Amino acid sequence: MAAIQRRQFDTLIIGAGGGGLRAALRLSEAEASVAVVSKVFPTRSHTVAAQGGMNAALANVSPDNWHWHMFDTIKGSDYLGDQDAIEYMCRAAPKAVYELEHFGVPFSRLDNGSIYQRAFGGQSQNFGGDQAARTCAAADRTGHAILHSLYQQNIRAKTHFFDEYFSVDLLKDEEGHVLGALVFNIMDGQPLIIEAKTTLLATGGAGQIYRNTTNAMINTGDGLGMALRAGVPLQDMEFFQFHPTGIAGRGMLITEGARGEGGYLVNGEGERLMERYAPKAKDLASRDVVSRAIATEIREGRGCGVNKDHVLLKLDHLGEAVIQERLPGIRQTCMTFLGIDPAEAAIPVSPTAHYTMGGIPTNRHAQVVVPVKDTPEEAVYGLYAAGECACVSVHGANRLGGNSLLDILVFGRAAANHIIGHLAENRYHRPMDESSVDKAMERFQRWNKNPGQEGESVDVLRHELKTVMEKHCGVFRNEAVLREGVAQVEQIAERFKDAKIDDHSDTFNTARVEALELENLIACGLATMHSAFARTESRGAHSRMDYPERDDKNWMRHSLYSLDTGLDYKPVRTKPVSVASFPPRPRIY
Amino acid sequence: MTVRFNIYRYNPEVDNKPYMQDYELEEIEPGMMLLAALLKLKEQDASLSFRRSCGEGVCGSDSMNINGVNGLACITPLSELKQPIEIRPLPGQPVIRDLIVDMEPFYQQYRAVKPYLIVNDPMPEVELRQTPEQRKKLDGLYECILCGCCTTACPSFWWNPEKFLGPAALLQASRFIEDSRDQALDERLENLEGPFKLFRCHTIMNCVQVCPKGLNPTRAIGNIKKKMVKKSL
Repeated sequence: MAAIQRRQFDTLIIGAGGGGLRAALRLSEAEASVAVVSKVFPTRSHTVAAQGGMNAALANVSPDNWHWHMFDTIKGSDYLGDQDAIEYMCRAAPKAVYELEHFGVPFSRLDNGSIYQRAFGGQSQNFGGDQAARTCAAADRTGHAILHSLYQQNIRAKTHFFDEYFSVDLLKDEEGHVLGALVFNIMDGQPLIIEAKTTLLATGGAGQIYRNTTNAMINTGDGLGMALRAGVPLQDMEFFQFHPTGIAGRGMLITEGARGEGGYLVNGEGERLMERYAPKAKDLASRDVVSRAIATEIREGRGCGVNKDHVLLKLDHLGEAVIQERLPGIRQTCMTFLGIDPAEAAIPVSPTAHYTMGGIPTNRHAQVVVPVKDTPEEAVYGLYAAGECACVSVHGANRLGGNSLLDILVFGRAAANHIIGHLAENRYHRPMDESSVDKAMERFQRWNKNPGQEGESVDVLRHELKTVMEKHCGVFRNEAVLREGVAQVEQIAERFKDAKIDDHSDTFNTARVEALELENLIACGLATMHSAFARTESRGAHSRMDYPERDDKNWMRHSLYSLDTGLDYKPVRTKPVSVASFPPRPRIY
Repeated sequence: MTVRFNIYRYNPEVDNKPYMQDYELEEIEPGMMLLAALLKLKEQDASLSFRRSCGEGVCGSDSMNINGVNGLACITPLSELKQPIEIRPLPGQPVIRDLIVDMEPFYQQYRAVKPYLIVNDPMPEVELRQTPEQRKKLDGLYECILCGCCTTACPSFWWNPEKFLGPAALLQASRFIEDSRDQALDERLENLEGPFKLFRCHTIMNCVQVCPKGLNPTRAIGNIKKKMVKKSL
């Protein structure tokens, strides 16, 4: 075989969603050479589907400051979030929004010409007081508006894009420094080594581990799989967010902004159910709280419909004008998929897999950190992660709506800032360990032929994984269900070794891409299931029927799951940068 | 119930020329979209290739020609389609494989209109102000998802793909021309002068008919023309 082509850049960014593109823009403007590798054309990235908005204490609508936002985020995280990172994010938020506005994002506007902000779940004034309007929105297409503007600015900044290239694995030297990645061009199947002084993983979440999900089909946890295979553990993977309002049975997202604009949930008895579960915040309680409430109503027979398997989201009282101006996207989605106009009829909804709170452990500079001997967090040379694939952790056990767009922009930028410093001190590329290339090539070429006749198809194994995850690691969990789930995912991982595909061509071989993606999904499934089985408490989105209480004494710590050594733990960073820490308190909405 | 399909196939590694292949699908669920059907067909025949991602009409990946009309598979209900459902790649574009076309000529024209906000003044510490009325002018323009349905349905683009920018790129041009914050209006209008870039639009309006987001590139092009006339006076 001919030698593999090589390219050299200062920085390799894997993933072209909001996090990757924000970092790329900052780096291109700093005159670093940047390669952005994405398995899809950048504007197809899943940031495009974010609807409701981005939190920042601009105080355009209600009095506000970042310290209140910080409190809400820590409370929302059920005290598992790292308070230094949360302070950093909330303080950086207003600037992150103004920057986006200057890049051209078409935010909705208030009468005085400033950015429109709406109410969202878990957002309060004055440390748990009145509802705050903190979520900056472009109608209900905020992610689309942000992603397109960021891509457009990168066109201006002349960033190098490798569109429709799939990343196989990270490449290293013998000391474990990360020096780039092996990728291949999906169009012709040709591998390419990208050598880089720094590599940023910005590959998004792993929502495709679940059957019923709001996530795009590309959200297969590729960066998480790459990190695990490179020896980096995954943090807090048991905390997976179920969004309260996915379209029942189909999964399309209905933004929390629908409740922010005044919508509410009703059960099969016509009762406003959230009044019982969150007397004060009601429909704008945290997502984990609302999802549990809906799941409980359904379990106890108070669901709606023939099968009593969903509840209804009522918006019709808002009037057509408000719906058309503030929620045009979800109106279109409801008409397309349900034949329902939310201005006239309620939307059937149920909790739907939505967001990976866990991920690749980083510090607040987006450096990937791993435990080394007695040090819980030592930076991996040259490796960064930002956005949903990372776990800083600003979301802890439960992310607040409107904090994920904020996360990708703040930490995409933070990564770029730190990379600029790194590049100034590390001016030359280090020599690669060629055996790491061989290993990555082996994984890539594995799909050129099938190991034997007996193997199962990638489709069958993927369907089975998604069903097992849904059944055994859903909104409510217990020991028996999780134990069985661990066994089944382990068994799927074993069977995957013999999996086969029926297409071995080089030209735009989507079957091969799906096989590589499934390997990443299985790795994420293992991490999620094992971490969930081990955590014997209920915190945020991890809700154990057999351990219904939060256990700060034993469990206020982060899980770390490795493929080789299994589970390990590290402490939560409870000390903020400049203010007093928020000690854990009972979490009431 | 069985649904019949007739799908364009071409893999340059094995096929001398493209051909149409028949498929049948029996597991039809109520309210099923075309994308879900294609995914089931791909389980039968892994070699059938197409792009897809979000499945709800916001990412713009799965644009294709469906019974002669460009659209997104994920928001096209099977029940509305006459059988056999004939599926081809977007017309007029180089085919990479099956339903996957080379979108690069389309993206080139998009980039050619400088699709980014240009502000020459120093930026304020806070947001640039824009009234709700000024912001409203961007509705119907900023929502484009770059699926390419419009441009590849445009006869003017088929005939002059290098010289005519096409409806999607012109819609983007209009999105920045109409933005009260942008300070490059003259430059943008000058960039569109000449017989081809904009003026090859003959208001055939295929673009309006096919846009899966309900946008109206023809109207945007008309508004640019008005601005050009106003500028020349």
